[in-house]
Amino acid sequence: MQSMTPKEVSERSGLRVNPCKTCQPVGAMYAALGVHACMPHSHGSQGCCSYHRTYLTRHFKEPAIASSSSFTEGASVFGGGSNLKASVKNIFDIYNPDIIAVHTTCLSETIGDDLKSFILDTPIPDGKYVVHTNTPSYVGSHVTGYANMISGFIKYLSVKTGVSNGKVALIPGFINPGDMREIKKIAKLMNVPFTMLPDTSGVMDAPMTGTYNMYPKGGTTIPDIIGLGDCKKSIGFGEFATTLGLEDLRNKCKVPFVSLPLPIGIANTDAYVMALQEIGASEVPYELEEERGQLVDVILDAHPYFDNKTVAIYGDPDTVLGIAALVLEMGMHPKYLVTGTPGEAFVTRGKDLMAQYGVEDAVIKASADLFEMHQWIKNDKVDLMIGGTHGKTIARAEDIPLVRAGFPVLDRYVHSYIPIVGYRGALALVEKIANALMDRQDRDCADEDLEMVM
Amino acid sequence: MDAKGRVLDKYNARVYKNRKEHVLVKATGDQPQVIAANTRVIPGIMTHRGCCYAGCKGVVLAPIKDVAVITHGPIGCGFYSWGTRRNKARPGEDGKNFVEYCLSTDMQEADIVFGGEKKLRQAIKETVEIFDPGMIMVCSTCPVGLIGDDIHAIAAEAEELYNRPVMAFSCEGYKGVSQSGGHHIANNGLIKRVLGTGSGTRIKHAINILGEYNIGGDGWEIGRILKKCGYHVVSVMTGDGSYKEMQEAHTAELNIVQCHRSINYIAEMLKTKFGTDWIKVNFVGAESTAQSLRDMALYFGDQELIDRTEEVIAEEMEEVAADMEYYRTRLKGKTAALYVGGSRAHHYQLLLQDFGIDTILAGYEFAHRDDYEGRDLTAEIKEDADSKNIESITVSPDPEKYHLRLTPEQFEELKTKIPLDTYPGMIRDMKDGAVIVDDLNHFETEEFLKLLKPDIFFSGIKDKYVAQKGGTLSRQLHSYDYSGPYAGFKGAVNFGRDVTMGIYTPAWGFVTPPWKHTPTLVGTYGGDF
Ligand code: SF4
Ligand code: SF4
Repeated sequence: MQSMTPKEVSERSGLRVNPCKTCQPVGAMYAALGVHACMPHSHGSQGCCSYHRTYLTRHFKEPAIASSSSFTEGASVFGGGSNLKASVKNIFDIYNPDIIAVHTTCLSETIGDDLKSFILDTPIPDGKYVVHTNTPSYVGSHVTGYANMISGFIKYLSVKTGVSNGKVALIPGFINPGDMREIKKIAKLMNVPFTMLPDTSGVMDAPMTGTYNMYPKGGTTIPDIIGLGDCKKSIGFGEFATTLGLEDLRNKCKVPFVSLPLPIGIANTDAYVMALQEIGASEVPYELEEERGQLVDVILDAHPYFDNKTVAIYGDPDTVLGIAALVLEMGMHPKYLVTGTPGEAFVTRGKDLMAQYGVEDAVIKASADLFEMHQWIKNDKVDLMIGGTHGKTIARAEDIPLVRAGFPVLDRYVHSYIPIVGYRGALALVEKIANALMDRQDRDCADEDLEMVM
Repeated sequence: MDAKGRVLDKYNARVYKNRKEHVLVKATGDQPQVIAANTRVIPGIMTHRGCCYAGCKGVVLAPIKDVAVITHGPIGCGFYSWGTRRNKARPGEDGKNFVEYCLSTDMQEADIVFGGEKKLRQAIKETVEIFDPGMIMVCSTCPVGLIGDDIHAIAAEAEELYNRPVMAFSCEGYKGVSQSGGHHIANNGLIKRVLGTGSGTRIKHAINILGEYNIGGDGWEIGRILKKCGYHVVSVMTGDGSYKEMQEAHTAELNIVQCHRSINYIAEMLKTKFGTDWIKVNFVGAESTAQSLRDMALYFGDQELIDRTEEVIAEEMEEVAADMEYYRTRLKGKTAALYVGGSRAHHYQLLLQDFGIDTILAGYEFAHRDDYEGRDLTAEIKEDADSKNIESITVSPDPEKYHLRLTPEQFEELKTKIPLDTYPGMIRDMKDGAVIVDDLNHFETEEFLKLLKPDIFFSGIKDKYVAQKGGTLSRQLHSYDYSGPYAGFKGAVNFGRDVTMGIYTPAWGFVTPPWKHTPTLVGTYGGDF
């Protein structure tokens, strides 16, 4: 397994090996699926669209619908204007969504298609919408694409009427529908009215009913996206995925924002709860305090199994930083923080976090890949890995327990339903981490050392 | 109105005009039925098709385990085709297995603006330094062709510099109309630079297996059976394949073709170049496997081989008989719809027959007309602008290695008995009234499933959950839902087990909550307190 990976780390400037990110459009597609009755549309050749749908389906085990402009060589030379026009007509005719959310691919970006004017040129049926965003895959990562699509919705649709709707706009980072549900649950418990964009719950975790519904019940509605302009405040969760949307909403509709980390771990969830408390001027209900107290209780109870255990965490920047915060709270020792997404802010935030807990030797790198992380591990092993499916080859090669979290998880079920955000989500993640470490102890210890009570 | 009419009726005029040519209802008559295939997808239609890169790199080249395949492009394409197809491989002689790795130039904005050649050069250099592969292949993705990076020149230069073959494949996603163009491009490259470039001489009863990608270990199971019969497998194209073995491809006496669509060009060119005959085989299905083994033995016409083949068939059939019979009792009378790439929609019908399951709808994702109608009409197929964009190369007989095993008379005689140098296509094997759909799209999937109500829909991941949410069991025939092997005798049992499990799994009984069946209000009878 991964036996060609040498221990010696060499500088690479041309070759990416075993990436820890993917391209923008898949993120844009995911964000668009979080809008009710929306057809994500990939403006490029159909292969990209096919790959992206496949990937989302593999992670969520749910249908991920999206259409494509299906460029041919001709369109690639002369531009994709007529492909887009034909697409819009056919999509409304055949699939009848309320809105089409167009994103680009590296093909349409490279030829420089002007989506804005294409859309202006395209007849759109009454009451229907077409929006777009640019998602050149040679910039950023899938997280960037997710952020860009949110921005596209806001730029096209959100309006400030001047009459506040008393709501708070919640913009989640690139997280699972189960996480989005948890963020909403906390806002409800805090009695703060909100609109969440995007909201893939009820779409990418739709129940089995015996009837396929192309547009399931969930997703942010168009009136709600329009109404974002009248929100009194917005909260973004995870700066990589949400800063753009927050800024757009401020610039376009003067909605002030708070940018929070993904609420993974105690302190990050506390920050969310307190932000809501400030906005709603409400007391924190006992229910939340209870959840929090239970989480702290469990972490205290089980701390001997966590103490100083070394961890490698990899995946999307906001998620990695959130998980790092949680494991630090548990007394663990993050050794490697890796994201493939570019952005030095990841390193800065990571270092700040380490400094709070006096961890000095963590290696934190953006624009990195799993091949490099594997090389570091070969030189200095860890007790645990936390991240998506692609780490499993390393986990196997080096015999390290792996806790799956983040995107993409292609090789397990249920992950998209169980949150890792909020106090409840942290509890679930703490359980997984504890089990992974304790199962390992049970597996590795001598017969006479097998503990009946732990 | 028939099923076809009722589904297509909902389209607007333009879409209807196009799609009606791609759908037909099987009817045996004097005239062979014609279907439109290998044409462009209508923009906006939710097709399941992929692109040229997926066909070239993803399907044909990536399974070659000892070649470092570098994707030249932004990160996505390489990432998606990394480890997801289940083309299993074990490290070969040199201990290398690139199937586990994803190598890409991960092009950034500056590379798009100023050209990516420098980065590609560097990436090749680093590949050599870190992995020292015997052979390198570079596959380009969409933007590369547009910005004009000359990957062929860079490959040639690197070949000199690092003293090993470095090949380039211009398989940008926008070329052609599906994965199919990519298969062709990969086939061309392999024939030009790899196949038969070795120094070996013909080996008795030696074969190459073409179009077998070892999904779920199929190739290993096929190999096991063939070895048991007494064949020497020179190379597999390309599942668990090795470029070193492929270099000796000319030493085989016969090429057997499993997936016709993706590799027929090579079969054809190997015939022209080395004189090696090919036959179409199908190792999916116990009966089909037996038939293919018999065809192969007949080709060699060697009594010992024929006898041994019968022994193996008897032995293997015996071993699976009880299981096959059991699953047949569970599955008989069920109906299936199939929508897969370019050969499986045909192969699996024959396996389903082993269990008494009828196929009521079948379609290919990226086939050409010959995969439906049979290869004899290849000459009839008109080239359109899209297929012209894919280079078609001609090879000529190799002065030293060309050898015909059969005399023209023997060849003609055998041709009446076995599928020699030909493939009769899928339609022939289907029952009257069955629906055949080329490039079955999302809308048509939904509608046909509602209308025809098959018990099982065999397809891929993108439509799997569409079917299942609607209450129809769906099993993936690209990835076997992470099971397998499905090929050969034992594979047939695995398949029977998986389908049975899917149909009878208890959860289907819980889809509708019990309160939907009982009245909401519990009434009281008069006087009942
Ligand atoms: S990197 Fe570009 S060409 Fe490749 S899948 Fe992503 S958008 Fe498509
Ligand atoms: S068997 Fe199907 S999926 Fe496999 S290469 Fe052939 S056409 Fe493609």
